Amino acid sequence: MRTKVIYALSIFAALMLVRNLYVIFLGLPDEKDQGAIYRIIFFHVPSWFTSFAMFIVSGVASGLYLWKGRQRNDELAVAATEVGTVFVAIGLATGMIWARIIWGIWWTWDARLTWALITWLIYAGYLMLRRGIDDPTARARLSAVFNMFAFTSVMITYKAIEWWRTQHPAPVLTIRGADGLMDPLMERMLYLNWLPMLALAVVLVMIRMRQEGEQREIESLRRMAHAL
Amino acid sequence: MNAVEAGGLWKYYGDYPALRDIRFGVEPGQCLALLGRNGAGKTTLLRVMAGLTAAQRGELKVFGRPVRDGQARASIGVLGHGIGVYEELSAFENLRLFGSLYGVKDAAGTARAWLDRVSLGNVGDSLVREFSRGMRQRLAVARAFLHEPPLLLLDEPFTSLDDRSIALLQAVLAESLKRGATVILSTHQLREAMELATHVLLLDRGKLTFHGPRPAEMLADPTWLYRRHGEA
Amino acid sequence: MFLRQVWTVCAKDLRSELRTKEALNSSLAFALTILLLFSFAFDPGADQIQEISGGLLWMSYAFAGALILNRSFARELFNDCLDALIFSPVPGAALFLGKALASFVLLLIVELACLPVFGIFYNVAWADRFGWHLFVLVLASWGLTVVGTMFSALTVNLRMRELMLPMLLYPMMIPALMSAMHLTTVLMSGQAIGGDHWIWVRLLIGIDIIFTALAVALVEVVLVG
Repeated sequence: MRTKVIYALSIFAALMLVRNLYVIFLGLPDEKDQGAIYRIIFFHVPSWFTSFAMFIVSGVASGLYLWKGRQRNDELAVAATEVGTVFVAIGLATGMIWARIIWGIWWTWDARLTWALITWLIYAGYLMLRRGIDDPTARARLSAVFNMFAFTSVMITYKAIEWWRTQHPAPVLTIRGADGLMDPLMERMLYLNWLPMLALAVVLVMIRMRQEGEQREIESLRRMAHAL
Repeated sequence: MNAVEAGGLWKYYGDYPALRDIRFGVEPGQCLALLGRNGAGKTTLLRVMAGLTAAQRGELKVFGRPVRDGQARASIGVLGHGIGVYEELSAFENLRLFGSLYGVKDAAGTARAWLDRVSLGNVGDSLVREFSRGMRQRLAVARAFLHEPPLLLLDEPFTSLDDRSIALLQAVLAESLKRGATVILSTHQLREAMELATHVLLLDRGKLTFHGPRPAEMLADPTWLYRRHGEA
Repeated sequence: MFLRQVWTVCAKDLRSELRTKEALNSSLAFALTILLLFSFAFDPGADQIQEISGGLLWMSYAFAGALILNRSFARELFNDCLDALIFSPVPGAALFLGKALASFVLLLIVELACLPVFGIFYNVAWADRFGWHLFVLVLASWGLTVVGTMFSALTVNLRMRELMLPMLLYPMMIPALMSAMHLTTVLMSGQAIGGDHWIWVRLLIGIDIIFTALAVALVEVVLVG
């Protein structure tokens, strides 16, 4: 059953992406100020949406783990976090490519960029913490606690950075403010491209969860072998 | 009311169950010896009883209270693998610290009394890091017993003790049993344990395979139980 | 009862630290070294030093703090003292707050020792509005300590815990450090805290409250496996 869902979702994501690529490159016109490069936004913004969704899922899963102590919630938390960090990386990379062409610089310490980088670092810390703990139950418990702090901190940082950067004169040009999105066709495309990305993320999460489950089984078999 | 009541304890490390559906009760005044091979779950069970780790399923009650209840833990004395005293504090400071953590009324006076009891009275104000191994072990005994706990949990207490500490531990144990305390100990030194134990509990790979009064056969032949229940 | 337990744990930590001074000495020396290194990174006589003074100070505080916080639970490992504390009747929250309080005092000592040194070396006004400096120090250091102590407990049984703690702690403390840097810079340039700056004070207070509540609520889960 799970395998079938994984296949179905991947096929859906692949077909949808091909269709979207066709529309994005051949259907939509160039944007009047930015030219062709604006198209990167159809990958940039949806990957941000996806990573937010993943981190929210991860936070909720960790909370549930602390409440109920079910290993599946831990598997979900780690899978969602890993996929979330990948999509943050995609978001950062696409954003930087866009910035290089439009602003002429790879990076600017704008509020949203800074926040994204911090978020990425915090969740990288979560993944590193997990690697350091051998006992699977302790790993699940301690990383769930860390995730509560991570989620809280990401929320606080979001607001704080905004205050910080708006207090200093900085390029306030954020992607959202760009003119391109005024066109409803383009806005629709954003959401249309989010669908396959989200489907892809779900597929990745499901595969990672299965791996985690198998990993846990191997570890427990190893313990059992030692006990014999 | 039982001193310890375990109702179907399951403890997992990942998917591996270190304790499987452990149920037993220990009446006050009993001395229970936990037996079993390495990895059978003796230490895990003791850690659950001490409140150091929680079982995922099942309940453990100490004098009718859940073990993470402060009052339940105040009634337990634990002597584990580590001696649990601070190197940078003096022997007296260590005992006074644990006395006040356990809510002993006159922590300082009790600490002094116990220092004399374990013959460390003349070095009570020296730092523990200057102590020899035997002195530390005696201090650890005092740390575990100073609040006169009605329940004692001892993990391999006789292992690696010197003769003087063994004599001391046996003396305070006998004294505790006399005042009606319950003692639960895990051990490999079967002969020492069999002289004390009124009951035995055998664990095999996380399962409870025997619990009952110490069979008379075990006095002459401590390994009798192993041959009878579980593997050779 | 609860407060007395907090105090007992705190006094124990302070007593054993003041006896060995392991964390205190290394952390103080480290902080001063960083302050010295800054003089090579920037022109120490320039006016712009005031504009970055808050950042410089708090960077050295944060680095020095990690040394103190690492020791907080690591000092319990020897002889299995951590187990002895956990199976004692002290609630996890009291144990945590006691240890956090002890680290907080140690961190404040280091910070207060660095402040005049920084003021002298870099010619900034540290002594004016000392009360305000103290206010910012207390608020930001508590946030740093409470999260740091929690992570010290979280990482105490890990390999490479000395490395792990700063990597987990710093990204999470950016809002607190940001506020502290901003407020300290304002104070160092001789201005008063008021108007727009209050938002940073409020942020610090909010961070302190939220993280303290979170830590107290979750510490029992961390300590008892």
